[in-house]
Amino acid sequence: MAAKRVLVLDYGGGNLRSVARAVEHVGFQPEVTADPRALDSADAAIMPGVGAAADTMRHLRESGLVEPLRKYIQAGRPFLGVCMGMQALLSVSEEGGEHACLDIVPGRVRRLERESADGDLKVPHMGWNSVKQIRPHPVFADIPDESYFYFVHSYYPELEDESLVVGRTEYGVPFASVIARNGLVATQFHPEKSGQVGLQLYRNFLTACCG
Amino acid sequence: MLTKRIIPCFDVEGGRVVKGISFVELRDAGDPVELASIYEEQGADELVFLDITASSDDRQTVYDMVAQVADQVFIPFTVGGGVRSADDVRLLLELGADKVSLNTAAIDDPKVISACAERFGSQNIVVAIDAKGKPDGTWEVYTHGGRRPVGLDAVEWAKRIVEIGAGELLLTSMDADGHQTGYDLPLTRAVSEAVPVPVIASGGCGEPSHMVDAIIEGKADAVLAASIFHFGTYSIRATKQELAAAGIPVRL
Repeated sequence: MAAKRVLVLDYGGGNLRSVARAVEHVGFQPEVTADPRALDSADAAIMPGVGAAADTMRHLRESGLVEPLRKYIQAGRPFLGVCMGMQALLSVSEEGGEHACLDIVPGRVRRLERESADGDLKVPHMGWNSVKQIRPHPVFADIPDESYFYFVHSYYPELEDESLVVGRTEYGVPFASVIARNGLVATQFHPEKSGQVGLQLYRNFLTACCG
Repeated sequence: MLTKRIIPCFDVEGGRVVKGISFVELRDAGDPVELASIYEEQGADELVFLDITASSDDRQTVYDMVAQVADQVFIPFTVGGGVRSADDVRLLLELGADKVSLNTAAIDDPKVISACAERFGSQNIVVAIDAKGKPDGTWEVYTHGGRRPVGLDAVEWAKRIVEIGAGELLLTSMDADGHQTGYDLPLTRAVSEAVPVPVIASGGCGEPSHMVDAIIEGKADAVLAASIFHFGTYSIRATKQELAAAGIPVRL
């Protein structure tokens, strides 16, 4: 069997090295690339991301990835978005003004509020928080409900269609920490920084599409 | 619920962990990767590597170490010590560090913090503050391991660097450091309440109850310790169990 093509999209933002190592660790060969044409024959594509929304979108445009990515995801092909790679899928981000994003998942990216019922919260939301599995999904295979994952973010996705939410986390507000639809999976946390459960999530995602 | 983080800290010289780790049979007690993996397995929430290499022209050793750790460790880690410029920060992040900590460079030129925050995002930029108490009950910022006062009030300095882009503070009490009699709770609380970003308390931990105090009384978001873990006095898991028994949310 030919090796499966697992792309790690290098669009000038994001912790590529950690994501590529996680992919390797669970037994697949990552291909770090910024070439939109690579999507044509990809078996899976992973979009990491740290940094600001405006920068992310600028990098995606400069890499010529915007339309190819839309087509790829809308065709239901296997895609994993991580952190900013999740937020970029929404319609609009409020980070540093209003910025149009990929508009693949209708919704807004909003700032976490410091004030909460439990007193002032620190922002960024930084550290290990639990993920409630709202409905079963293959990406959660062998991952106990309420497992802890590592988060670092100041903005969160607010979806128009709640039926996409498969995992939810609370930080002042409840927010979608895992979404899924057809081939698309996206996480607000960093599975590549979440120890064994995070690696299991990569294994689940890649086994489902490349196993 | 967001848990409080327990963070072991390693001193690194020439790419090797120094000030011995003695709690377990190690193939190589100075190997950062082996040690990091053991702590990851024990349940450490993050790791901090502090480069104390005296010679500033020997940066390659720390770069090599960061790349090795990043390849084999799947929890977040911060690298500090000798970081001078935005280009140093970029290189460390590219090699796989999750966060980079600045100290003296931030004091010499605070603009380096804003430059880093703009380029890499605040969440990757930690500023380390070493503080010592003054007779009037305030705290002054020091550099050079607590030997050199720089004439800045620690709380005011904390507020200022967060305004210009620090995403997290690593706050060390130079009075408490090394004594194992507990964190400086008034200092920790004063800084934590003054800033909107997470604060890691450091210096003085001798037992898990000190961490409980730093979190509950000191309002710390995370606690850092070295010797209690390295000498095997407490495992990370046992420490977390004590914190959980005190009602603190931890990842077990």
